[in-house]
Amino acid sequence: MPSLIDLRRRIRSVKNTQQITKAMKVVSAAKLRRAQDRVIAARPYAQIIQRMLANVAQAAAEQNEDEEIELLARRPEKRILLLVITADRGLAGAFNSNVIRTAQKFIGEHRETEVHLELIGRKGREFFKRRHSKITGEYTTLFQKPPRYEDALEIARKVIEMFRKAEIDSIYVVGNNFKSMMASLLVTARLLPVELPEKQEQIDYIYEQPPGELLAALLPRYIESQIYRAMLESDAAQHAARMTAMEAASSNASDVISALTLRMNRVRQASITREIIEIVSGAAALD
Amino acid sequence: MADTFDIEIATPERLLAREKAVRAQIPAKDGYIGMLPDHASLLSELGIGALTYTTPEDHRFSIAVCGGFLEIHDNVVRVLTDVAEKGQEIDVTEAEKTLKHAQDAMINPALGVDIASALIAARHAQARIDAARKAVNKEE
Repeated sequence: MPSLIDLRRRIRSVKNTQQITKAMKVVSAAKLRRAQDRVIAARPYAQIIQRMLANVAQAAAEQNEDEEIELLARRPEKRILLLVITADRGLAGAFNSNVIRTAQKFIGEHRETEVHLELIGRKGREFFKRRHSKITGEYTTLFQKPPRYEDALEIARKVIEMFRKAEIDSIYVVGNNFKSMMASLLVTARLLPVELPEKQEQIDYIYEQPPGELLAALLPRYIESQIYRAMLESDAAQHAARMTAMEAASSNASDVISALTLRMNRVRQASITREIIEIVSGAAALD
Repeated sequence: MADTFDIEIATPERLLAREKAVRAQIPAKDGYIGMLPDHASLLSELGIGALTYTTPEDHRFSIAVCGGFLEIHDNVVRVLTDVAEKGQEIDVTEAEKTLKHAQDAMINPALGVDIASALIAARHAQARIDAARKAVNKEE
């Protein structure tokens, strides 16, 4: 049986841990709120560009101007680029491992093709660094501060260039989408060649530029905004996951503390009882 | 016949403005477009320049924009742009410095700056100065 001092020491150490997890929970909650605001703020742009794209694509298709647009070119998938979006830091429950597992599954499913990885987030990089040979790029500091559009832009330009040069036949993204406090949604989506959004109603626009030209100009921006959105979503999901994990850790610490306190009290009671017995039996021996 | 139209200006990061307006001048790629209510539907690339619009209360706003897209449909103007700054928030001295710098880069190839990007930088700086000036006029 552990001594009283040992138990006290353990209780103190668990309490310290609990303070840290509680603090981290509060910090994540604050960051989550801001991350959510950013996701919402970025939405109008994404929606408008999507709608424009649908309209322009339709018009371009009608005038057969969409044929030689590079970013729509479908080629047999011999080389795939997978963008893996993880977090930079751990302690977020299964957040990072879920993404990594999905990415590994994806690689497994495409055994006959070459899968290159573009790793956004330090955790993904740490995992794949030694396990995967074809890494085209890694970003390990983007999530230390809120994701910036310039970073998304840089990544987008780079992958678009690779696609244009036919170094890569298609590009997919795997990452977490923020759904709610408790759940995030893992998504694997194709980025390039662009899947044109479904057309709703045809609007009879005046086109200042030929639709084909507009389409060619719209597509890179669309990719940029998609990557940016994926980063924002992942950032929000990351904070939500960390908050939930820290909440669980804090309540777990409470359980451990109460179990230890109970044991400590038992030990103390036992030692008091023993002392009383010693005194009583000592007194009895004198009689 | 509508008296006003809606104007929405969005950057990838946020929605900068969503307001009612009675008229607007928008820098499209091939020149400024004047816009009044009930404009025909239109799609265009956006140029670099100062976008101004007037609200029904006769307040004039001006925003420096730099590249993007423009959609007019059903009395809603949607402007997607990479960079947008409200005129009153622009530091004119700083913009003038940037303009000077970019112009120097253009006429002096020895600096080794890409002329095309210097040109864009110069036009953007000019747009910012214009937007700032137009914003100041409004208050007088």
